Amino acid sequence: MKYRITHETHYTYSKPVTSCYNLAHLSPRNSNRQVCSSSSVNVQPGVANSIERDDFFGNKVHYFTVHTPHDSLTVTAVSEVEISHPGNLLDAAFPIPWNEVRNTLMRSARSEDMDARQYLLESPFVSLNPDLHKYAQASFDSGRPVLEAVHDLMDRIHNDFDYDPHITTIATPLSEVFAHRKGVCQDFAHLAISCLISHGVPARYVSGYLETIPPPGQKRMRGADASHAWFSVYVPDFGWVDFDPTNNQIPMERHITTAWGRDYGDVTPLKGVIFGGGKEHKLNVSVDVEAMDNVVV
Amino acid sequence: MTASGNSMSDPTPTASMDDPALCKSCSFVQDVHNEMCDKPGKLRPHWEYFGRALDAMGRDELVRRDREARRLIRDNDVTYNIYTDPQGIGRPWDLDLIPLLIGSEEWSSIEAGLVQRAELLNLVLEDLYGPRKLISAGILPPELVYSSPSFLRPCHGIQREDGRYLHLYAADLARTAEGEFQVIADRTQAPSGAGYALENRIVLSRVMPSLFRDSHVHRLASFFRTMRNTLNSLAAEPEKEPLIVLLSPGVGNESYFEHAYLANYLGYTLVQGGDMTVRDGRVWLKTLDSLQQVDVILRRVDDEYCDPVELRDDSFLGVPGLLQVVRDGKVTISNPLGSGVLQNSALMAFIPQISRYFFGEDLRLNNVRTWWCGREDDRKYVLANLEQLVLKPSIAVDKQRTIFGANLSAEERNELIHKINARPYLFTAQSQVTLSAAPVLQQNASLDSRHVVMRSYLTAQDESYIVMPGALTRVSATRDSFMVSSQHGGASKDTWVLASEPEKQDTLIMPTPHAVQKNPLGGDVPSRVADNMFWLGRYTERAEGIVRLLRVVQLYLADSPLDSASEPRSLFALHQLLRAVSQITKLTPGFIGQDADQRLASPEQELLSVIVDRSRQGSLSQTLSALLVAARSIRDRLSMDTLRVINDIDVELNSIQQSVMHHLNDADDELDNLITALVGFSGLINENMSHEQGWRFLEIGRRVERALHTTTLIRSTLTFASKQVEYSELLESVLRVTDSLMTYKRNFLQGFEVSSLLNLTLLNEANPRSVGYQLLRIQEHVAYLPVDRSSQQLSAEERLILELLTKLRLSDLADLVSINEDLSSRVELDRMLEHIQQQLSVLSNMMTTAYFQKEEQIQQLVRMRPGSAE
Repeated sequence: MKYRITHETHYTYSKPVTSCYNLAHLSPRNSNRQVCSSSSVNVQPGVANSIERDDFFGNKVHYFTVHTPHDSLTVTAVSEVEISHPGNLLDAAFPIPWNEVRNTLMRSARSEDMDARQYLLESPFVSLNPDLHKYAQASFDSGRPVLEAVHDLMDRIHNDFDYDPHITTIATPLSEVFAHRKGVCQDFAHLAISCLISHGVPARYVSGYLETIPPPGQKRMRGADASHAWFSVYVPDFGWVDFDPTNNQIPMERHITTAWGRDYGDVTPLKGVIFGGGKEHKLNVSVDVEAMDNVVV
Repeated sequence: MTASGNSMSDPTPTASMDDPALCKSCSFVQDVHNEMCDKPGKLRPHWEYFGRALDAMGRDELVRRDREARRLIRDNDVTYNIYTDPQGIGRPWDLDLIPLLIGSEEWSSIEAGLVQRAELLNLVLEDLYGPRKLISAGILPPELVYSSPSFLRPCHGIQREDGRYLHLYAADLARTAEGEFQVIADRTQAPSGAGYALENRIVLSRVMPSLFRDSHVHRLASFFRTMRNTLNSLAAEPEKEPLIVLLSPGVGNESYFEHAYLANYLGYTLVQGGDMTVRDGRVWLKTLDSLQQVDVILRRVDDEYCDPVELRDDSFLGVPGLLQVVRDGKVTISNPLGSGVLQNSALMAFIPQISRYFFGEDLRLNNVRTWWCGREDDRKYVLANLEQLVLKPSIAVDKQRTIFGANLSAEERNELIHKINARPYLFTAQSQVTLSAAPVLQQNASLDSRHVVMRSYLTAQDESYIVMPGALTRVSATRDSFMVSSQHGGASKDTWVLASEPEKQDTLIMPTPHAVQKNPLGGDVPSRVADNMFWLGRYTERAEGIVRLLRVVQLYLADSPLDSASEPRSLFALHQLLRAVSQITKLTPGFIGQDADQRLASPEQELLSVIVDRSRQGSLSQTLSALLVAARSIRDRLSMDTLRVINDIDVELNSIQQSVMHHLNDADDELDNLITALVGFSGLINENMSHEQGWRFLEIGRRVERALHTTTLIRSTLTFASKQVEYSELLESVLRVTDSLMTYKRNFLQGFEVSSLLNLTLLNEANPRSVGYQLLRIQEHVAYLPVDRSSQQLSAEERLILELLTKLRLSDLADLVSINEDLSSRVELDRMLEHIQQQLSVLSNMMTTAYFQKEEQIQQLVRMRPGSAE
C-alpha cells in the first residue's frame, strides 16, 4: 500500500516566544517492509537552522531552531511511504517457546540477537512492576510459542483496558494505568513492553500512524486521524513482529512506522525548549493518512 | 639546632637520629599498610628526611604553622560546600599539615599505569559511542552498556578526527594491605579536585617553605600548562585565538570555589549555562554588549544536564542546542558529553580483558577486584559475600551510591539482595580495600592515623597523557573508617612526589591567552555577572547603612536608662531613629506598624531580631547572607584581598548567628568588625578592582543604595516636624549615621540645625556621603554603560539621572526646611525625598530590564518527565 501522511502540529502561546530549539521524529523511517520515498518538514515561522540526521535507533530526526519572535508555531510533515504485507506471521513463525527466548539470545553471537538484548531492559518510561508481571503470567504458560503468548497478551490488554484519552498523560506511571485499567495507545504499548521484558521477551516501542477506514457509506474525513503507537517483539532467527494492543491486531499494511525506540521518550514526535511563550500553550494536532491508490497522480 | 621562633625557616634535621620521636607516635594497625613507617618506630626511607625535620620543628612550631595554614585557607576563602551542612556555602577547606609522600621510583610505575589506563579509556569511549566493537566482539555484555543511565544515546556517532575523546582523567588510587596501589574509581565526567590540590600545594609550600624546598618535590605548574595547551589545541577553528570558558552549575555547587579558582588560574571566563546561547550553529557567550564565539567549554556540569533539547529536558544548567553544535564540530567540550559512561564501576570488571583486547597487554596498574551482578557467576559470588564487599549501584539506591556490605542490618541486607535479584545489571561490587594509613596532625600537635585515598589527575597531550606529579589526597573522617569523602567531613592532604633531583622553580603565573585586552571596557561581562555586581554593591551598602544606624541607636540604649525620667528630647530622638530602623530595613510592623508603641518602649528584642533573624527579608543577617552569595558568585573577578574581607564578613555573620544575644550590646564587637570589613571592602573595590564594566555596575549599586539609605533616614527622622520639638540631639544622631558629623562640625560652628544638615547630607556634592554626590557618581557611571550610542542621544538612564540631579540642584533649601504646621510636616522636603526614591527605583528597574534579563524564562515544549519508577 502507498500512503501520503500529513502531520500538522500547531502551538499557540499566550505570549511571544523569542526563540525555540526543537527535535522532531516526524519522518517515517525505512524498514524491511516500508520505504519512505519522500518526506518534508516545514516550519512556520521560518527556521534559523535545520538539520536532519539518523538517531541512535536509525530513525530520522529533525533538529531545528527558530529565532524569529512568534505567537504560534506550525510544524507540518508530509511524507509518502509504501508498505508491503508481512504475510501470515502466526503460521510462519517459528514455534520457539517464550521461555527459551532470553537464553537463546544470551548464547547467540549474531549481531541481530546481540542488538535485541538492549530491548530487554527498563527505560525511563518502562519500568518493571511485580503487578504487571503477575498480570502477564496468565499469557505465559511454560512452553507456549512466543508469538502465541504475545498475541494472547495483546488480546487481554485490549479487552481488559479501556481506551480513554482523558485519564492519563505521558507522565502517568504504568502502575496508575494498570490501576485504572484505562489509557491511550502509548500507555498500552508501554504496559505491554513492561509485561514482555519481565518475561524475557525483547520488546520495543513503535510510533507511527494508522489508516482509518470510515464506516460504510461515510466519506473519509481529512485530518481526523491521529498519531499512533504500538509495540514490536523480537523472535530469534525470525526478527521483529509488531502488535497493536489498542486495536487488537497484528499490523499489516495499514500501520505506517515513523520511528522505534525503547519508549515514547526516544521517539517523541516533537519536543524542545522555548524562551518566553507565557504560561499557556495551546496544542492542536491534525493527522491525515491518505491512501495513494485513490490519488490521481 | 635552634628553635625557629618567628622566622619561617625550617630547622635542619640532624642526621644521626635513629629513632625519631615522630614514628613513636605513629600508630600501627594489623594488616594495614602504613605510609610513613615500615615497622613500628621505623620510618620508610622516603619519609626519613621529612620525619626528622618535623621532629626538629617541635610541637609548638607545628601548631603555629598549622594555625598559619588555616589562616591562609580562610584568607584565600578556600571553601568546599557540604550539602547537608547548616553552614552550607562557604565551609572552609580542610587541609592537614602533613603531606603524603611518594618516592620517585614508585611514582614512575604509578605514572606508567595511569597513562596506560587513560589511553585505554579513551579507546573505550570512542568505541562505545561509535562501532561498539567491545560488544560485538563479546568483551562487554550489551546490558552493561545499555542499562547505564550515563550511556547517552544522543551522543552516539559523534566522532573526532584527532581520535581524542577523553581529554581529562582522574583516578582514585588506594594502597592495599600488601602495599600495592590500585585504581578504585575512574573519574571521567568532569574530574574535580585538581584546583584543591593546587591550593593545598600553595598553602603548604608557604607554611613550610624550606622543608618543601629541601624535600625535592615535583612542581605542579607544568601540568596545568599542558592542560591549557591541550584545551587550546582542541578548538574547532584553530586559526583564531580560542575563547575557552569554564562552565559551572553555580555558587551552590560543592566545588564552586574550585571552578572560580581554576578559571582564574587558567585564564578562562567562568560561566553558567544561561550565559551562553546557540545561534547560527555556534555557541556564543552573551556579554553586556556583544556575543562572543565560544570554542572550548571546560565543563563542570554533568553531561546529562548540558542540553535540555537532547539530554535531560528538565535541566536548566546547560545550553539548549549545545549537543548539535558539538556534533557539527563547532565547539569542543571537555570532557565530551557522554564521557560519564566510563565512570560506571561495572566497567572495572572488564577493564583487564579490554586492555588485552585493545593493547594485547595486561594492566600495569590493577584496578580493585570488581564483580558485575549482570553476570550470573558474579551475582552468586556477590550475594554469598556481601559482608566483605562494597556495592556501587549504577543508580542510587535509597540515595546511596556506595553501600558497605559489612554495615548492613539483616533486614537491609535482605532488602538489598532482593533489589540485586530484581535488577542485577545495575549492581557492581568491589572488594573492600583496606586503605593504607597515613599520619595526620591533631589539634594538640600529636599525630593520629587516618586512611587515605589519592586522586591523581591526567591531561591529554599529543597522542598520550601526562600525569600531574602530585595529587589530591583525602583522608577518612575517623581512624577506623574506610569512608573517604569530602562530603562526609574528611580532610585533605597535599601529595609530595619526591624527585631524585631538585627541580627548577616553575612559575605559577602563566601568560594568559587574552593578554591583549579585546575590549578596554572589560566587555567579557555576562549579564549574570553584572547583575551580581550590581546587587553586591547594593547589599554591601545596605549592610553598612543598617550597621551605622544600629550603632547610633546603641549609644542611646547604653547611655541612658529608658524610662519616663529620660530627657524628652533623647526619647524623641531615639524613637525617630528606631522608626528609621524599620523604614530602612522594611521590617514591619517593627517600630512603625501595629503595636509599635510597645516596641518603642522596650526595643531590644526587635532590634536583636533586625540583626539576627535570617528569615526576615531585610534583616542584617539576611542582607549579609545575600551579600556573601553575590560575592562568591563572582569570586573569579575579586582579588585575593577582597576575598579575605568577604571572609571576614562571613566570620562576623557566623558569630552573630551562633552567639546568644540578650542585649544590643552583646553585638558590639560584631557590628564594629562589620563596619571595618564593609568599609574595607568598598575601599578595595575602588583601589583594587580595575575600573571596567563590572566595576561600574557594582558602583552604581552602591551609590543607588546609599542615596536610598540617606533619603529614607532623613524622611523618617526629619520630615515630621513641629516648632515645639527640640531637634539638636536628633540632628547630631542623623549626622552620625551618615558619617557626616565631623564635616558638619568643621563647617558649621553654630550648633545643629536642619538647614545646615540638609545642605550637607543632601545637596553638597563634595560630601561623599551626600545624596547629591551619589547622583553625581551614578551620572558618571551610566555614561559608560553599553548602549547603542549611534544616535548621539542620551540613554534613558542618563536622562533620568540628569533630570534628578538637576531637580535636586535647583531645589530651594528654605522651601525644604519650611514646616507646614497644620500637617506637622516638612512637606517640600518629603516630596523631594520621595521623588528621589521613586526615580532611583525606576533606574534600578531600568537596569534590570536592560542588562540583567537577557532572555525570557526557558520552558519545555512538552513536559514529559516520566513518573518515578515503582
